[in-house]
Amino acid sequence: MTLRRILPYLQVAPLTLVLALFVVLPLGLVVAVSFWRFQFLVGPVPDFTLQNYVDLLSSETTWRLYLSTVKFTLIVLAITAVLGFWISYFLVFHVRNLLTAIALFLICTVPFWTSNIIRMISWRPVLGKEGLINQALMKLGLIDQPLAWLLFSDFAVVVAYVHLFTLFMIVPIFNAMARIDKSLLEAAVDAGASRLDVVWNVVLPLSRTGIALGAVFVVTLVMGDFFVVIVMSGGLSGSATSGIYNDVQIQNYPRAAANAVILLAIVLMMATAIFRVVDVRRELVR
Amino acid sequence: MKKDMTPKGPTAAGGVSRRSVLKAGAAAVGAAAGSGVIGAPMIWAQNIKDITLNHTGMSYSTLIDIARKATEDLGFKVEMAVTDHAGMVNRMVNDPTSIDIADTEIWQTKVYVPQGVTQAVHTKRIKLWDKITPLYTQGVFAGKEVSRQGDSPYEIMYRASKDATSFHDGPTEWATFLPGVFNADTLGIRPDLLGRKVDSWADLFSADFKGRAAIQNIPTIGIMDAIMAMEASGELTYRDKGNPTREELEKTVAKLIALKRAGHWRALWNTFDESVNLMASGEVVIQSMWSPAVTAVRTQGINCVYQPLKEGYRGWGNGLALMSHLDGLKLDAAYEYLNWYLSGWVGGFIAKQGYYISVPETARQYLTDNEWGFFYEGKPATADITSPTGEKTNSAGDVRDGGSFEERFSKVAVWNNLMDEAPFLFAKWNEFNAA
Repeated sequence: MTLRRILPYLQVAPLTLVLALFVVLPLGLVVAVSFWRFQFLVGPVPDFTLQNYVDLLSSETTWRLYLSTVKFTLIVLAITAVLGFWISYFLVFHVRNLLTAIALFLICTVPFWTSNIIRMISWRPVLGKEGLINQALMKLGLIDQPLAWLLFSDFAVVVAYVHLFTLFMIVPIFNAMARIDKSLLEAAVDAGASRLDVVWNVVLPLSRTGIALGAVFVVTLVMGDFFVVIVMSGGLSGSATSGIYNDVQIQNYPRAAANAVILLAIVLMMATAIFRVVDVRRELVR
Repeated sequence: MKKDMTPKGPTAAGGVSRRSVLKAGAAAVGAAAGSGVIGAPMIWAQNIKDITLNHTGMSYSTLIDIARKATEDLGFKVEMAVTDHAGMVNRMVNDPTSIDIADTEIWQTKVYVPQGVTQAVHTKRIKLWDKITPLYTQGVFAGKEVSRQGDSPYEIMYRASKDATSFHDGPTEWATFLPGVFNADTLGIRPDLLGRKVDSWADLFSADFKGRAAIQNIPTIGIMDAIMAMEASGELTYRDKGNPTREELEKTVAKLIALKRAGHWRALWNTFDESVNLMASGEVVIQSMWSPAVTAVRTQGINCVYQPLKEGYRGWGNGLALMSHLDGLKLDAAYEYLNWYLSGWVGGFIAKQGYYISVPETARQYLTDNEWGFFYEGKPATADITSPTGEKTNSAGDVRDGGSFEERFSKVAVWNNLMDEAPFLFAKWNEFNAA
């Protein structure tokens, strides 16, 4: 009797312990430090002050950085969703042979066999002033001055993000589409739907779990990034996280922590919004 | 990588290295062979070999080659750990016992000395103390008083006692740190892509180089480059370039932001390697640069020049500080290491990346006449000049940018520093980043 009551708790204990130790505890520390005071040349001093939050929220710099990060997030989300959807559609519904589909899917992951940094840096020789694209266009006589906006620009940042994060869209969408019963498509066609109607009215609604999950991946990755922005924009663009990084540089951990709490709140709100639109839990057990 | 240095130093004479001697247990022979330069007491050679010294500093001076050579020569282990400017101070203050020897910049002393985490260096225990360049020890160079704008080395050089937590005005027997490597910084340029002559800091802001200029994104140093350029272009005259007021900082950063919005900056670089890539790829033709970065671009066969400018240089210097927890045998070992550091090998090694050492005359023994003439005397090279790692950087006939040691260092206009308004600077610099 007692065992039966305790058993469920025992079963969730390991995961609870791991989450408490590696999520709740560090997060609690970050929240605590965010109320500390920062003393120049000394560092964080224990205290309880809201000054860090006031400073951040009243600074134009913070708003500018967050706006720029949200802008990148929305652009990248739109591009990766479109790419992810059509690549998955091709793999699931166009490639008839299952083995070929799996092989092609694996090819999508090949770039991920190298490190993030290499994949990002390798855009430099392609996009640079003396890079592949500029050299080719100039040799063809299409331009006589190299296009400077290809590298160290918002364009370059988006290119790198899309390259790095599209797979995070493909995987969940592919998974969602693979579970769609093919006879549904046949039924729709028999009922007189055009090919586009099928995609719009059958495939898209049934893949929304995948799109939602992919969107969560992309949002958290872009919102949390500072390295890609700095490298691809040549330090000219910032992100919310680069503000945190700058504070850490001068040991201003309290303000960095406060900024991290704000960022976390915004990311959670975005994720909640996504899950409001799609009830992932219900769809997954479908 | 070639590691063999010119075998002129007594240590290498006749192939008798300190270590092989120690291993053989022939301490007397070792003392005879080593005393000239290293001069280490050999009596406790058996205990000291268990000691490990941790030398922590920034990437440009904390070179693993130095640790390897020191370990070989001294008979105990020297380890190197690299961090960045902010991380260095952070670690010294928050985790002082994790470091034994702190290789810091002059301005960083203003942060850690008041914290009491280091002990002063007893100058009597430094054999070559009297040979150290008066640039550090007396505040004069080539017979003239050195610029006091910014944090000049002499201002922070002394303390009243071993454990004093403030600086002492005028020489005492207790030094804040052992003067180490230093240099005079200027702008790096690509003469082949510039299209015109560059001779002033004002050229960093020149519209001629719109979209082809870069500045370092390290607030404390980047602002100095900006201030030099502001004053040179007649935008603003500073009361003290080394300690600007809030209003002066506001105007300087406003100019940087205006230039950024106008597309003047091709990039802002954060790390040494980024500056090398920007220059080598031709993305940038004029930018803030450090001497070893210029060397690195040149080893790729690209003509990059560390251009002397008429307004003078931005000087900086490093020193080795002893952490407070050192005592007994470990402190003795630390002093051994400090003495070894000045004994010549280090000076010879870092000369090839364009740096100077506080005792140049011992470095000379580890440089060929050609290298000494090129790096220190401003003479045309008589043969190829190579980097510390052995790659060619200059051909016979080339003259070092800016000339001799004396010529370059008598033109230091301002020193790297920690200004009174530093917190304000950091806030302003964040605005520049976000703009």
